Amino acid sequence: MTELNHFEEPEGPEEGTEDGPDGTQGREPGGTAYEVPEQGGDDREGDAGRYGDERDGDTGHYGDDRGGDGRHHGDERDSDGRHRGDDGGSDAHQPRDDRDGDAGLGSGAGHYGGGDDDGGAGDGASPLPDREPRIPMPRASVEDSGRPLPPPAVPVPLRLEHGVLKSLLGAWALAACSAEETAAVEEHLGSCGACADEARRLREAVGLLQRPESLDLDPALRTRVLQGCLDRRPPRIPVPEWARAYDAETARLDALLQDFGDAEWHAPVRLRWFAGEEATSRRTTVAGVIAHLLAVDGLVALALGLDDPLEGAGAEARTPGARTEAYWRASHFPPTRTVRGPWREQSHAIVRTASFTGSTAGGMGISYGDFELPLRDALLDRAFECWVHAEDIAEAVDYPYDPPAPRHLRGMIDLAARMLPKVLAARRQAGLARPRPAPGGRR
Amino acid sequence: MAKKDAPPRWDRKMQQRLARGEAAALGELYDRFASLVYSLAHRVLGDDRAADGITREVFAHVWEHPDTYDPKTGPLRTWVASLTHRLAVQRLRATETAALAQGGQGSAEELERKVRHAAVAARADYIVQAMPAPLRAALESAYFQRRDYRQTAVDLGVTEDEARRRLRLGLQLLSTAHDTATPGAPPEYGGAV
Repeated sequence: MTELNHFEEPEGPEEGTEDGPDGTQGREPGGTAYEVPEQGGDDREGDAGRYGDERDGDTGHYGDDRGGDGRHHGDERDSDGRHRGDDGGSDAHQPRDDRDGDAGLGSGAGHYGGGDDDGGAGDGASPLPDREPRIPMPRASVEDSGRPLPPPAVPVPLRLEHGVLKSLLGAWALAACSAEETAAVEEHLGSCGACADEARRLREAVGLLQRPESLDLDPALRTRVLQGCLDRRPPRIPVPEWARAYDAETARLDALLQDFGDAEWHAPVRLRWFAGEEATSRRTTVAGVIAHLLAVDGLVALALGLDDPLEGAGAEARTPGARTEAYWRASHFPPTRTVRGPWREQSHAIVRTASFTGSTAGGMGISYGDFELPLRDALLDRAFECWVHAEDIAEAVDYPYDPPAPRHLRGMIDLAARMLPKVLAARRQAGLARPRPAPGGRR
Repeated sequence: MAKKDAPPRWDRKMQQRLARGEAAALGELYDRFASLVYSLAHRVLGDDRAADGITREVFAHVWEHPDTYDPKTGPLRTWVASLTHRLAVQRLRATETAALAQGGQGSAEELERKVRHAAVAARADYIVQAMPAPLRAALESAYFQRRDYRQTAVDLGVTEDEARRRLRLGLQLLSTAHDTATPGAPPEYGGAV
């Protein structure tokens, strides 16, 4: 039942607006909507010869379609049509109709009172100036004011060739041509069955345009989905346990990057780390951070026999910092979004290769220049780096970013704990840390 | 949308790797198609949990039966989309039927209409996503940004003729969402079993 509610909820408001598309029904051959054009046609015939009304006839015809198709998108569009005034193409029917009616009101007749008044207003071709603004006021206030309103700006239809008119159908359906072109197309539709059919089809298609829902995929879904699969059919070539944090973290970062536009890719990021005795930092961009990850992950790629992303440009550099600087230097331009592909391909290749080398390869040494880590730890380290820099990026573009899954985090913390004695010993040797207290000695 | 003689290499390799039981391939498959699968399922079902469930089903199906995809019949992306479409529509119909049976409101015809509407909407999404980027960009400009075709031409750096052509072609493609058996739209029962 709760599920049901889920379904009903979004559907509820739609049902109402979709009543138009019960016009939708008519999309199916033999449906009722096919009557609509016929009605329109009748109108047109009846009104033939009187230009202003002919247009009204067309409005009845295609305006209905549009209302049906695009109502729930259409609300915005209608109001926009008003803003755009005559440029709004056929959307501008709405405002023009309003003006028709308003003009009628001005001469004392109600718009909805009698259909003939419309014609009267149209025929009137009153000499009132074509005054700005074209945006009609809400009807109520106009009625209150009772002031005379400008007559509709009746576009003079252009004489266009059939080919041109046909080429305009898409723009027309989207209300994206000029008022003159709109009028020319609509006049043409009254006499050309093929174009009228296509026009109706394209109008219906406009109703199918939907703003892509910005759905943030739950990052945890990946693990759930993959685990579900692997439970059903155990893999013959599994991803080694020690490569899974790296697999998961690179996937998470990649998902974060998914919808980034240029602005995000070039958002400034300050990388902070601790060197020697003080905190230091360096300015780069989101793309620069990915380039950094690409260059340093390259150490692992290289050890696994994959291509070095540095390709000669500073490939002799062995430490993470030197490789990053070399990569940044080697590109003539600051890194752009194009860095995402190579980074992602490399991370996939690392996981793939690590899977094939099997669990035995975990002990293989990966050189970081001035120290070495076994592959299993190197990948934990790269997973950690990936997470930390993903947070830098998320912060730079103001997105939320969750910590890694608990069991991956545990692996990273475990690595840090194991590394700590070595790091401290190195600092002592360098005179950067207090010497080890004598056994049993107290400070 | 014409079928190519040689299926794209990536699709073929992916299928082989899945068939070999390579877990890393499954991860790559997910990374490439998860958002497609999830968003299509969500368009049909309109619900996060249900879309989650379909996503799980789709990948489980591909993982368990990689052989049901034949690279010769078309791109893997289309196949995955049509599989998603089918499972999501099935689930929608099942859920709605169950609700109806429990005395929910509506009629069988309304149910069918709802299902058909959801199916068309999902196909339309897929078509927009799969159409050539220049066409999509033109529609995006004219519809969502409300530029007229002349402004669209300027924005896209093409002639006005070309802008008109793209808008028309884009809508023509999109209108095929109404026909179930059109190439380019995932067929409702094509592909997987």
